Amino acid sequence: MKVLVTPGINTGRMNEIITLNQGSGGRHTHRLIKEIFIKSFGIAEPLTDSALTDNSGVTLALTTDSYVVDPVFFPGGNIGKLAVCGTVNDIAVSGAIPKYMAAAFIIEEGFPLADLIKITESMAEEAERAGVKIITGDTKVVEKGKCDKIFITTSGTGILPDGRKHISTGERIKPGDKIIINGPVGNHALAVLGARKNLSFSTPVVSDCASLNTLIKSIMTSSEKILFMRDLTRGGLGTVLNELAGMIGSGIEINEVSIPVDDPVKGLCEMLGFDPLYLANEGKVLVVTGNGEEKRVLEAMRADPHGKQSQIIGEIKENSRNMVILNTFAGGKRILEMPSGLQLPRIC
Amino acid sequence: MKYIDEYRDEVLIRKLAVRIRESAVQDLAFMEVCGGHTSAIHRFGIPSLLPGNISLISGPGCPVCVTGRDFIDKAVVLCRMENTILTTFGDLIRVPGSFSSLEKEKSEGADIRIVFSALEALDIARKNPGKNIVFLAIGFETTAPGTAVTVQQANMDKFNNFYILSAHKVMPPAMEAILNEGVKINGFICPGHVAAVTGSSIFDFIPDRYNLGCVITGFEPIDILQSIMMLVQQINNKTPQVEIQYNRAVTRSGNLIALEYLKRIFEPCDAYWRGIGIIKGSGLKLRKEFDRFDAGKLITSDIRSIEDDGSCICGEILRGMKRPDDCPLFPLVCTPDNPVGACMVSNEGACNTWYKYRKDE
Repeated sequence: MKVLVTPGINTGRMNEIITLNQGSGGRHTHRLIKEIFIKSFGIAEPLTDSALTDNSGVTLALTTDSYVVDPVFFPGGNIGKLAVCGTVNDIAVSGAIPKYMAAAFIIEEGFPLADLIKITESMAEEAERAGVKIITGDTKVVEKGKCDKIFITTSGTGILPDGRKHISTGERIKPGDKIIINGPVGNHALAVLGARKNLSFSTPVVSDCASLNTLIKSIMTSSEKILFMRDLTRGGLGTVLNELAGMIGSGIEINEVSIPVDDPVKGLCEMLGFDPLYLANEGKVLVVTGNGEEKRVLEAMRADPHGKQSQIIGEIKENSRNMVILNTFAGGKRILEMPSGLQLPRIC
Repeated sequence: MKYIDEYRDEVLIRKLAVRIRESAVQDLAFMEVCGGHTSAIHRFGIPSLLPGNISLISGPGCPVCVTGRDFIDKAVVLCRMENTILTTFGDLIRVPGSFSSLEKEKSEGADIRIVFSALEALDIARKNPGKNIVFLAIGFETTAPGTAVTVQQANMDKFNNFYILSAHKVMPPAMEAILNEGVKINGFICPGHVAAVTGSSIFDFIPDRYNLGCVITGFEPIDILQSIMMLVQQINNKTPQVEIQYNRAVTRSGNLIALEYLKRIFEPCDAYWRGIGIIKGSGLKLRKEFDRFDAGKLITSDIRSIEDDGSCICGEILRGMKRPDDCPLFPLVCTPDNPVGACMVSNEGACNTWYKYRKDE
């Protein structure tokens, strides 16, 4: 994850205690990472979803992610499937081929064994589908009330073929390059929200939770000019676009009308006051291709089951303020900001 | 998607924009008094479609923004009480009070839950008979009937653990107050959802006494542009009146059942509007026969609320006298991350909306 400093952040004022806001994936999370973790660990920027390490000629991608989704089971998946897909995708978007995973479980006393079996079975199934092996792990059980049902942390590693180091940093991107996403946004967040028992309505929305390494393989073989990839998880499309603009020091122009959003998601967002562009996804990837390559890449993406509704949504523009501009479907223009404030907690 | 796509037709939007450009011959300022409109106007980029001589000004229409600091202070005191679950709409969570915010209290262990309706809060009360459930009842004529129905239900089912803290307000007295203060506008983009409940006739006093046009407006881009066109035509023809653009939801007499509930449960009271002050008859409080549901009665201690400090101009923004970019704190000191005034906290607040959706200038 890239950290950027935007004008408007008052870095002098840290809250004294952690609030949910700092886990939202937006500005507050970025500030926490920058001011606490980077400072303590001395990690070199830019921060990407996977770290790349050189080991006697072989470049390894390494990533880790924790999953605390509530509820544990939701339409389209469960915390186990999510823990595998999320880590597979974090490795795959760096251009690396995911190989091995470790899984650590924190389980609350009283959690039904049958549910744990369902979770581990779907992890095994998803790992097989993605072609990765879960080879080590850890288990802790805590007293009732000390964690909520089950939390899972997965770490993964993969091998980065030569000539792909630029993909996670986006360092070769230049104005005119095109931006593609692989389908409708917002489904995961609303599927999870809809599955929460305290909501007084049910939704037909199903999570898009999926391993994208096969899709990404076709993307990589479709063109020599794949310049950047990032999965659109917490914080959604709006956050990733802003992170990208900050990383490459350019502007981005997006056409709202070309961003696919399913009708039930659109309707729920209108009702609940959410913007689908900021909602979490678990099976969506943003790809930047060289100018002129986009049609070929789009075609390859649409041939994959996880890319049927792929769309070219915009392009990189010269802009000294690194702004993301949205051409609204109404024909107007507005800035698509980095989200701020509480989004939906525990969505992944 | 029905009721959305047809109101977002790009060709029609462009045609309307051209017609407005051709028809508006003088400098005109219209005020929207609904936070939903403020948000929609900027989300769709409406200002970038309007000619330079038409400006849109935000009025006191965001319920979170006009709710006083003392209300947050009371909520904080309530959520610190033993065996209490505080339920609220999400927008209130981050609003700074005099000494804390609900967000801070929640991270320190208070049981604060975000709900989408008052009935959801009542359901929590039903499932937690050993605890007191307090619902923060804010909003205009749009959300107040939902609270009224809930109180009626609580009364019928003889709940003794459900309370509301009411900051419900009604819109017309506030519009009258800012007109009396001399705000310089040429017409109102009137709140569609308020009018769906009240009917359009509550705005009749505005053309009658102030000679200004009112168009009750929906929330899609075509709704907003068509309403601006209607206001321009009223000005060109010198026929200020109340017109309904949002006729798929609004009638002249309103939702009679909702109005009946409001009358049965609430009575008018004077209310404090942040940035404006006390406006006579602009609030809704529980009638005497329902005041056992009043959460205010649970508070026994004195609360000393601190008034807003002078550097934030939220008050003038809420009265339509100034724009967010007139504020010395905007956009570097007061941000959605570190809001100084309430207009920066709520999604429907003028400052928050300006911050998020500024035009590419």
